[in-house]
Amino acid sequence: MQPSQTPIFEIVAREDFSDATYLLEIRHPRMAKAARPGQFVIVMAQPHGERIPLTLADFDRTKGTITLVIQAVGKTTKEMRELCKVGTHLHALVGPMGIPSQLGNAKKVVCVGGGLGVAPVFPQARAYKEAGAHVIGVLGFRSWDLVFWKDKFQSVCDELILCTNDGSVGIRGLVTDGLKSALAKHPDIDEVVAIGPPVMMKACADATRARRIKTMVSVNPIMVDGTGMCGGCRVQVGGKVKFACVDGPDFDGHQVDFDDLMVRLARYKSQEAEALKRWSDTCRMPEPPEPALELPDPFEEVRGG
Amino acid sequence: MAKRTVRTIPQARTPMREQDAKARGKNFSEVACGYSLEDALREAQRCLYCPEPACVEGCPVSIDIPGFIRRIEDKDFRGAYDVITAANLLPAICGRVCPQENQCEGVCPVGKTLEPVAIGRLERYVGDRAIAEGWSSAPFVEPSGLRIGIVGSGPAGMACAADMAKAGCDVTVYEAFQEPGGVLKYGIPDFRLPNPVIDAEIDNLRKLGVKFECNTLVGRLFTIAEMIEEMGFHAVFIGTGAGYPSMMGIPGESLNGVLSANELLTRCNLMRARQFPQFDTPLPAGKKVAVVGSGNTAMDALRVSLRLGAEKVHCIYRRTKAESPARAEELHHAEEEGIEFHWLTNPVEILDDGAGNVRAMRCIRMELGEPDESGRRRPLPVKGSEFEFPIDIVVYAIGTNANPIIGQTSRLKLNKRGYIETDKDLATSMAGVFAGGDIVTGAATVIEAMGAGRKAARSMKKYLGIRNGKTESATLFGIPLSEKNFARIRAA
Repeated sequence: MQPSQTPIFEIVAREDFSDATYLLEIRHPRMAKAARPGQFVIVMAQPHGERIPLTLADFDRTKGTITLVIQAVGKTTKEMRELCKVGTHLHALVGPMGIPSQLGNAKKVVCVGGGLGVAPVFPQARAYKEAGAHVIGVLGFRSWDLVFWKDKFQSVCDELILCTNDGSVGIRGLVTDGLKSALAKHPDIDEVVAIGPPVMMKACADATRARRIKTMVSVNPIMVDGTGMCGGCRVQVGGKVKFACVDGPDFDGHQVDFDDLMVRLARYKSQEAEALKRWSDTCRMPEPPEPALELPDPFEEVRGG
Repeated sequence: MAKRTVRTIPQARTPMREQDAKARGKNFSEVACGYSLEDALREAQRCLYCPEPACVEGCPVSIDIPGFIRRIEDKDFRGAYDVITAANLLPAICGRVCPQENQCEGVCPVGKTLEPVAIGRLERYVGDRAIAEGWSSAPFVEPSGLRIGIVGSGPAGMACAADMAKAGCDVTVYEAFQEPGGVLKYGIPDFRLPNPVIDAEIDNLRKLGVKFECNTLVGRLFTIAEMIEEMGFHAVFIGTGAGYPSMMGIPGESLNGVLSANELLTRCNLMRARQFPQFDTPLPAGKKVAVVGSGNTAMDALRVSLRLGAEKVHCIYRRTKAESPARAEELHHAEEEGIEFHWLTNPVEILDDGAGNVRAMRCIRMELGEPDESGRRRPLPVKGSEFEFPIDIVVYAIGTNANPIIGQTSRLKLNKRGYIETDKDLATSMAGVFAGGDIVTGAATVIEAMGAGRKAARSMKKYLGIRNGKTESATLFGIPLSEKNFARIRAA
């Protein structure tokens, strides 16, 4: 392996699952080699962009690519939906970050994915399958037309339970209903992995608490550096402060303070709305070039200016 | 010429022009404007050229200070630059951010009767002049065929990279952020150290052949062991900094509006949140800011908050001004700009508004008791002195703990606080792997980190069998073989 093969983060494939959800496959052989289930990356789409954490949805060591599945919900993710075409490049991509999921020797596992958590639970389901566990997948979508990766999950799950809000495919209800039906059917489940919005992970943790089934969740708080330097991603776990970026992102779901997580996730709500509005108002018009940072020449004095 | 004495030199230290305190509180332009040519020549005349210069001893990287000041007096600025860069490749940075009052200037004999020679300001003059003139210090060196990997592009990594490149090594510096510079970029604000200065000094390293690879989180993308065993590096230097900001552990710390100085500064400086929404990274909104702590990072957080438009900016510190670890100049600037200091005050609780946001802070008065292990008098709470005041933003600048990533991903020996353990030559428990800066010592200053980077480079050269002198200062007709000297060599 040569040290100087600076990747340029080229997008080599893209698939749109719906208006809101899209997949990006990015060439980064070294990251594909290093990545483990449960890890995440930080992406900057363009030089003026923000750094956003995204959990790895897949990695292919043969092709040398990593896969991200993104939901367009805010300014950055909507802008990425416009900008990130095949053949273009991300401005920055760093990872894999975080402690990989600790796959124990569970014999029977439920992997629950809802909303933005559907794709990131795939590497864990696959890893458990490869480790010889009986894997039950529970995936939640709003409706049949939003379902993706059904075949992919089927290839690594012994059972797959789809849940839709409108009942158009699978069972009608939330992923917690799917999880409860799996728990009712199998008295011998060792572990549950739940990835999705905090409210969903909280409900899953509540569902397993009485039976004391180990329940791992993957939190996705607001981050800047992702290397333990800023502390923006701190979460309360068992009454202690943890940094999701270097102490997580996987934590014991029975210990995580989800209410705290939800409040902290909303802390830039007004700025996020402002950024989205500004972008929506201007994105269909060619924007004038941004003014450069207006600072005087620091060398003015020595130049005798 | 009569022998120069304290009585014959210009008595007053040459002042440096500064932006007006009122105006600068609203912009991010540099506060201290630098010396003009006349200023520099006048201040250079204040040096006594001591035969055994204490200032050189006081400098963590042993710059030949009288040597470069002499060349300023001779108006040989290129020569002054070469003298400084023989020891320190980053004069424009160090001239601005070193705590000179505790180092070179603190031991300057002129300072016994008058104000010491303004060594830092002169160094900055030379550094800025070099950047303005496009000088670089890139001596011709025979490639040694040795490859060096450096983890972290902050001051420790930059200093180590410079020395190893000058010794003919092929140096690659890895950085996790999207651009190099480390704490110089994300931490120190533009009004103290403008980004063009950092970029110019980094470009100088590139001219020396140093490669920078950003977006690379060593430990997770590849490990230190892989660098040595698979990637072909003959030696590795770890200068990742400390990171992992400390919290106090009082109620209310997870409220929205409570953040570390590192987060505030990174958002504002590196991610340009101060230009939101032209740049996407937001900052917490608030008009009343309290910064806890009184070190250099606290000063930066206070002054950044002011410039971001806060109406009231408070500094909360449990000891007194005398114990404040901040550089005197920063403290002075912060006072001038109207920061309110609350000495002998400690937070006990952060109060919420019922919606998860900070509303107020409850503090307690302190008094100084007996000296503690740091030698400073221990602050003790005064019973019944608690009081509350309204606040929107609380910034913690009370230090950092060891970053855990290298520990999680290597078998390097760590001390019980999680910092990397090294011997006196900065060698770690792994052969060929050296470490220095905050990840070894805990939070310190830029120049101390640079000193550690240089010390590690010396140990690395010894480890690799590179003899000093052979590759370091190749000369022809007694003239250093730096690229700009070819004309002089031809003339000779």
